[in-house]
Amino acid sequence: MTAIRDTAADRRFQIFCCIIVTILLLLAVYPLLYVCSASVSDPKLVASGKIILLPKGITLEGYRRVFQDNNILTGYLNTIFYTCFGTLINLLVTVPAGYALARTTLPGKKLFMTFFMLPMYFSGGLIPTFLLVNQLGLYNTRAVMLLIYAFSMYNCIICRTFFGSLPKELEEASIIDGCSPIQTFMKIVLPLSKALLGVMVLYFAVAHWNTYFSALLYLKDQSKFPLQLILRKILVLEESSADMLSSVGEEAAAAKFQLKELIKYSVIVVSSLPVLVLYPFLQKYFAQGVMIGSVKG
Amino acid sequence: MKTPRPIPHRTSRGLRGRLRCLMQAVWDHRLYYLMLLPAFAAVLIFSYFPMYGIQIAFKDYKGSLGFAASKWVGMKHFINFFNSYNCWTLIKNTFVLSLYSFLASFPIPIILALLLNEIRGRYKNFVQTVLYAPHFISLVVLVGMISTMLSPSIGSINTMIEMLGGKKIYFMSLPSAFRHIYVWSGVWQEMGWSAVIYIAALSAVDPQLHEAAIIDGASKLQRIWHINLPTILPTVVIMFILSAGSLASVGQEKVLLLQNDLNLDVSEVISTYVYKRGVLHANYSFSTAIGLLNNLVSILFLLGANWISKKATETSLF
Repeated sequence: MTAIRDTAADRRFQIFCCIIVTILLLLAVYPLLYVCSASVSDPKLVASGKIILLPKGITLEGYRRVFQDNNILTGYLNTIFYTCFGTLINLLVTVPAGYALARTTLPGKKLFMTFFMLPMYFSGGLIPTFLLVNQLGLYNTRAVMLLIYAFSMYNCIICRTFFGSLPKELEEASIIDGCSPIQTFMKIVLPLSKALLGVMVLYFAVAHWNTYFSALLYLKDQSKFPLQLILRKILVLEESSADMLSSVGEEAAAAKFQLKELIKYSVIVVSSLPVLVLYPFLQKYFAQGVMIGSVKG
Repeated sequence: MKTPRPIPHRTSRGLRGRLRCLMQAVWDHRLYYLMLLPAFAAVLIFSYFPMYGIQIAFKDYKGSLGFAASKWVGMKHFINFFNSYNCWTLIKNTFVLSLYSFLASFPIPIILALLLNEIRGRYKNFVQTVLYAPHFISLVVLVGMISTMLSPSIGSINTMIEMLGGKKIYFMSLPSAFRHIYVWSGVWQEMGWSAVIYIAALSAVDPQLHEAAIIDGASKLQRIWHINLPTILPTVVIMFILSAGSLASVGQEKVLLLQNDLNLDVSEVISTYVYKRGVLHANYSFSTAIGLLNNLVSILFLLGANWISKKATETSLF
């Protein structure tokens, strides 16, 4: 393609594309950078609109207070627990199912596919699911956070398509060598599927990390709340916990208010950073993931 | 375990022979069924049991009686819903919000993917990586960021308005701002991520087509229109059918976060109403009925879009 010179109009078009994309890039990234800057800046300067992009009057007061807060700490630990074990259960349930469904000779395969696909379009709905969780005695338990979305058909389809694209000869050879299907899966197939597992871990882990609604629905005790529910209190319902602002004491209301805002910015950074640091490493697999996952198969 | 045997040709045997073949095949695949078992159990319990619970939409659910033993009341809850004073507001709010959301968030990722496709090398990768970032932010944080930035006291947007000599605007409590905030924050968050599927589809464009078109003197814009766009059209159609299915419903998670007493007139949608009436006020049967109605309309939309696109473009989901 490079052998043929672009015309002047084409080059102008390319520059136009670059400019538009750069504007979108700035729009996407600016709020994120602003929050980061504001979280380490003097709250007075933030409140008076002096912070445009770079932080001014550096202070780590917001972070100090966030890390001192017991609710946030408990929420953080809970979220780590839900994310680690939830993702593990997701993988154990979804990936082997994808492997089994990729087997073309499996009797009843179509039936199983229909069985798994149907809930993607028609579901029991919020209330029957809520009542079921209550009837099962899972209400206000940590287990409900791990089990309720244990299986994801969308991710299972991605797995199925991936396993279906692996060369059949590999599995045939291992079966001839005396491996059972499960041994083949564990010892031959999984080591070849690191890209898939990476994407699956990312999808599941991010979902667990970011979810708040199932916790809102099924949990009652604050001690079991994941980080997102605590965040909802601070960011959306505007209830800062008492011990975060305790040492402010008699200071002016304005200072207290500014500190509250500073804490908001800090807490946003603290809660979003783990995921934002993780995803670029797995980015090269995303396109592959959505491509092989297309429902048409 | 032995190699799974190929299923012998079916027509050559009688019914008993075929049955034996099937049993043999099932037995040979027993370990595969074992791998399927956890997923089967999870879906059965958490997806199909609730479907069984839908019957309470036609009953008066009593916790002590359970799903099955509660008393049948026919269409009472549906009639109650259509007679309730806010029924049409709810339906209108839901459709306006989802339609607005669809009109903004459906074409933008396609345009973005086409634009990104014109850019080569490391800059493209960098842009893509950065545009994914908002997707990984939780809804709570997103709404937190919006309300902080739009806040009349410290928000940067209002500071800017004041510097330009304008008056402060209480965006979050302004009913007329709710839909715009909901839709455009959604576009901001998902634009890059939704473009992935189109970018992947664009990588399948045959470079020879472009070479031929260049020799024929086609400009870049013409090549995008006549080569790139037709190549990704099946993907666009599939995504269109899927979004058409969700046109009749708006998820409750983000709306609940953006909702407050002042914007309730436009922000109350069917799903948030179901949540409030069902979970907070324990009107289980009534809210199940509304949820069921909403789900059925969604399916109708999906099937309708599927049917239309099958006729028009020969691409379809089923």
